[in-house]
Amino acid sequence: MIPGRVVGRLVASQALAALEGVKFLLVQPVDDALADAGAPVVACDAIGANVGEAVFMAQGREATFPLPNTFNPADLTIVAIVDHVTR
Amino acid sequence: MKLARVVSHVVSTQKHPFYRGQKTFMVKPLRLDGTPEGPTFVAVDRVQSGVGDWVLIMQEGSSARAMFGEAEAPVRSVIVGIVDNVDLHVEGK
Repeated sequence: MIPGRVVGRLVASQALAALEGVKFLLVQPVDDALADAGAPVVACDAIGANVGEAVFMAQGREATFPLPNTFNPADLTIVAIVDHVTR
Repeated sequence: MKLARVVSHVVSTQKHPFYRGQKTFMVKPLRLDGTPEGPTFVAVDRVQSGVGDWVLIMQEGSSARAMFGEAEAPVRSVIVGIVDNVDLHVEGK
């Protein structure tokens, strides 16, 4: 699973039927110090995350399970909002 | 499977129901000599590991789902062992 920070929203009014009602968010992947690592990605949201929140995402086939229609073409889905990390 | 070091405990309240009661850690992948390699990721702990431990990570979705007995668990990376020692023999070193 990939840690990240939500940096924006993405709206796609015309998308495949299986993705109807799915919220897309822009997520900046982060490293263990919660600093930016790599390019931002688009992820589906399964738990109601908002801009500014730290999250982690499931990738690949596992990203399809949390969405309402489980037979969907998602490959990255936010599955948790991170409250904090402790070392 | 991957060798990694546990970096920090990831605490979250609002999450997919599968993650309720699961311990999640930020882990840093390592080469066999212990130098970091590749991006940090989040893994579910199954072996009571702790921050600083070297661990063995399994990253296969259907194996992970079988391990948790849940057909639709959105999980892939699982900590499946705590590494005591890596005995690496390289010719010419």
